[in-house]
Amino acid sequence: MNKQKQRLVVIGNGMAGIRTLEELLKMSPDEYEITVFGAEPQPNYNRILLSPVLSGEMKFQDTVLNDWSWYEENNITLHVGKTVNKIDRVRCQVETEDGMVVPYDRLLIATGSNPIMLPIPGMNLPGVLAYRSIDDVEKMLAAAKTGRRAVVIGGGLLGLEAANGLSLQGMEVSVVHLCDWPMERQLDKVGGGLLKEALEKRGLKFYLSRQTEAILGDDKVSGLRFKDGEEIEADLLVMAAGIRPNIALAQSAGIHCERGIVVSDTMQTFDPKIYSVGECVQHRGQTYGLVAPLFEQAKVAANHLARYGRMRYEGSSVSAKLKVTGIDLFSAGDFNPGPGDEELLLQDSARGVYKKLVLRDNKLRGAVLYGETMDGPWYFQLMRDGTDITEMREHILFGQMHLGDSGRGGVSSVANMPDTAEICGCNGVCKGTIVSAIIDKKLFTLEEVRAHTKASASCGSCTGLVEAILANTLGGDYSAKSSKKAICACTESAHQDMPQAIRDLGAKNIPDLMRALQWKTPDGCHICRPALNYYLMTAWPGEYQDDSRSRFINERVHANIQKDGTYSVIPRIWGGVTSPAELRAIAEIAERHEVPTVHITGGQRIGLYGITKENLPKMWGELVEAGFVSGHAYGKSLRTVKTCVGSEWCRFGTQDSTGLGIKVEKMTWGSWTPHKFKIAVSGCPRNCAEATIKDFGIVCVDSGYEIHVGGNGGIKVRVTDFLCKVETEEQVLEYCGAFMQLYREQAQYLDRTAHWIERVGLAYVKQYIVDDAAGRVELYARFLESQRYSQDDPWKERAEGKDAHEFAALATVATKNEVQK
Amino acid sequence: MNWIQVGNLQDIPRQGSRVVKTATGEIALFRSVDDQVFALNNRCPHKGGQLSQGIVHGTRVTCPMHNWVIDLESGEAVAPDKGCAHRHEVRVAHGVLFLEVSDEVKGCK
Ligand code: SRM
Ligand SMILES: Cc1cc2nc3c(=O)[nH]c(=O)nc-3n(C[C@H](O)[C@H](O)[C@H](O)COP(=O)(O)OP(=O)(O)OC[C@H]3O[C@@H](n4cnc5c(N)ncnc54)[C@H](O)[C@@H]3O)c2cc1C
Ligand code: SF4
Ligand code: FES
Repeated sequence: MNKQKQRLVVIGNGMAGIRTLEELLKMSPDEYEITVFGAEPQPNYNRILLSPVLSGEMKFQDTVLNDWSWYEENNITLHVGKTVNKIDRVRCQVETEDGMVVPYDRLLIATGSNPIMLPIPGMNLPGVLAYRSIDDVEKMLAAAKTGRRAVVIGGGLLGLEAANGLSLQGMEVSVVHLCDWPMERQLDKVGGGLLKEALEKRGLKFYLSRQTEAILGDDKVSGLRFKDGEEIEADLLVMAAGIRPNIALAQSAGIHCERGIVVSDTMQTFDPKIYSVGECVQHRGQTYGLVAPLFEQAKVAANHLARYGRMRYEGSSVSAKLKVTGIDLFSAGDFNPGPGDEELLLQDSARGVYKKLVLRDNKLRGAVLYGETMDGPWYFQLMRDGTDITEMREHILFGQMHLGDSGRGGVSSVANMPDTAEICGCNGVCKGTIVSAIIDKKLFTLEEVRAHTKASASCGSCTGLVEAILANTLGGDYSAKSSKKAICACTESAHQDMPQAIRDLGAKNIPDLMRALQWKTPDGCHICRPALNYYLMTAWPGEYQDDSRSRFINERVHANIQKDGTYSVIPRIWGGVTSPAELRAIAEIAERHEVPTVHITGGQRIGLYGITKENLPKMWGELVEAGFVSGHAYGKSLRTVKTCVGSEWCRFGTQDSTGLGIKVEKMTWGSWTPHKFKIAVSGCPRNCAEATIKDFGIVCVDSGYEIHVGGNGGIKVRVTDFLCKVETEEQVLEYCGAFMQLYREQAQYLDRTAHWIERVGLAYVKQYIVDDAAGRVELYARFLESQRYSQDDPWKERAEGKDAHEFAALATVATKNEVQK
Repeated sequence: MNWIQVGNLQDIPRQGSRVVKTATGEIALFRSVDDQVFALNNRCPHKGGQLSQGIVHGTRVTCPMHNWVIDLESGEAVAPDKGCAHRHEVRVAHGVLFLEVSDEVKGCK
């Protein structure tokens, strides 16, 4: 027997309404015959992403959450572009503006909110827009094409995102705000001040503590007048003065409303057949304007609609982030300390970092982070869990990293993971496998776990988790790593000891160094030998003889071994700029050697794949002849200097990023570093060369060059820290050389700059590179000195016969008794 | 016995390796820091990496592909990894290298 399905009608095709349906379909896909009404003509999209669409970082298509086909696949009847204007609670039906009538058994109101349009004269002029829908964004984009000046009323989250977007679209933007500082609901005065400064640097203009009296214009907006009489011009005016729950429809149906539609903990309105979720609701006196709480509400509503009747919504605490690329800001909870509350503060103006934590009874109540927000989610978690932070109080401001990977946070979170949770993504190792290996094989150290399970043996990004699992499984037995770790099993010595030891002992080669430090093995292993080779090379430039036997194959032959034993070859393309002649040369060489794959690399050069080892010297010879410098393509050394086209071509370019990139590459190529080193130069803050995820990134601005350091785009993405700004290309070269030298002298072998900076702190690097001018000049000089010995072209040497034995077979045995040599 | 003269000791660099090509595949000859010579199939028991391209240390070689360590005397992977690269006999007489190419599997349990 087919029971007649109940009918569910949803008013509002937005984020909360559709999320409720998604949750419902997961739990009970066949419960209802579903009809959705949406006033907007688009399918359900992610409103949050309107800001990136406005700034040009995304397209509308990228924001669509559920395409038309999703509705079809789930048998949902969708009416878009239709506004419901009546709910008849007696007949249990809804009616649309154009007369359509649909009955319901259950109704879900998810009408969101409306932007507040301040009742100022001139409000209805063309050119005055709200910021709520994709329609608004499209209008703004159109206005940005023709108009020059934009004014945004409201300096809250939305207002600033609108202002930033319009400014990136090339408009001159002013922000008018009632309060003394922007985002006063999320930030305290200091944080707000920092934000204002950063936005001013990007070209926004602020009119603070100002009230608008009238919007000016005859047939379209032309400006506005403040209460104090001052007038400013505007071709576009965006109202971002707040939102108001959209309750008119519910109100007219006699559903109890205050500021919002009042709902219970089960998301039901006073009419139990009618549910409501999203920005339109008021729950325990609160209304919300962010998605996280709406999603929690959606879960509860779905649970009750599916007749499980188990969950209750008890309100949410919210955290906010400003989505302006390059500005890091986080706020959560109550950040204005009340009587008896304590305040923890960290302010580092030089680094542009500000952190404030508000405590009550040793628990976190609120947080404002500016400039460094990595720990935001962690603070938020501590806040929501009501964790007693007494024990971490001393370090809490420095963030979770500071408690160590095996700190409490890690331990308790791995304890809660299921056995099936994948810990090591590289090798596909689950928690259960690690735990049973630890127990069955009586493992005790990280190295043992690596050896037996392969977890954390590849990229290492899960090391912290693996250590936490060890600690958890062994209980008190596992003592976390001592601060100094031996390089490998061949020695007691640690990486940190090496530079000093080499200098004190005057050791000039690996065997001497090993003897002096009482190495336990005759000639070390594949872990310590490459490290010692590196430390010696840095200590004695020009004097030390590189030991090719202590290098991995990719550095030994300057080509990378592939899974089938062939090699890849990547000639240097200075600053990513090439020419028809160079391309032709590469093409001819590739053809001649029947290169199976030619790939444009992620580093703006051309990779040739599938070269046999015997063929390498010949191919190099030809590349050298065609004018290519090379080598180091796979070394722990300078890799590439990516550039954009810059002021030579780009309409936004402020400096010659391409030319500067080439100069930087000519200076730095051939340098050996603790790990690979990548550089990029972008011609303007749009940053097309992705300079802010490089070890050394240069972002050109009108007044000079911003220098950013310590970025990493690899296993764990780390955005660079801003080091300083300089005015000339010469200074860029000097800072670059000095920074690389500091890294070479002070980091441990296999530290990328990101790891090194995380360990020593940016302030430490600044002290050497920015504050100490004389020291910087010396570092730079030492860098240039060592470059004198390392800018030889290894391919040239090998094409000329160096290490020829590397490339030829010793003998070929054709039949069992015959040898050809 | 099937000893074949394949070259001289000094043709192989210390802590290095050279390859002998045979009808049935490559054999890698390794020379340790103290001038001992070993021969293994040039195929790592893990995923076939060319052992001749690895770093030689003590009487071991580290595979260039995923860092398995292979014992040169036995051809066995060092624990906890398991597997074996077949060993061949080599002799050095007056600096001349003789290799026994044999299909018989040696050095593997
Ligand atoms: C060739 C290239 C891929 C491509 O075809 O586009 C590439 C290929 C390899 N990368 Fe990469 N990476 C390439 C750009 C990148 C980039 C993008 C970039 O440089 O802008 C990144 C992220 C940026 C970064 O490093 O911060 C990148 C992050 C990595 C990582 C992770 C590094 C990290 O610190 O997290 C590894 C692993 C490692 O170095 O230990 C890696 C390792 C590798 C190795 C060497 C793996 C290996 O040992 O065999 C790959 C060699 C394949 C081969 O034989 O060519 N590759 N790799 C790119 C070479 C660019 C060039 O012209 O030099
Ligand atoms: C530019 C912008 C940026 C934002 N950024 C963030 C952010 O970074 N983080 C964050 O958490 N939140 C952000 N928000 C807020 C977030 O988008 C909202 O909280 C969320 O979209 C609210 O969901 P909702 O379903 O309640 O309302 P909406 O998504 O607005 O959905 C309501 C829908 O109902 C329709 N509707 C209304 N009345 C009727 C009717 N009578 N008949 C038919 N249809 C009707 C509307 O047209 C609308 O499509 C941002 C909002 C904007 C505008
Ligand atoms: S080229 Fe880079 S991303 Fe691609 S498989 Fe190799 S290491 Fe991984
Ligand atoms: S192939 Fe040798 S370690 Fe993987």
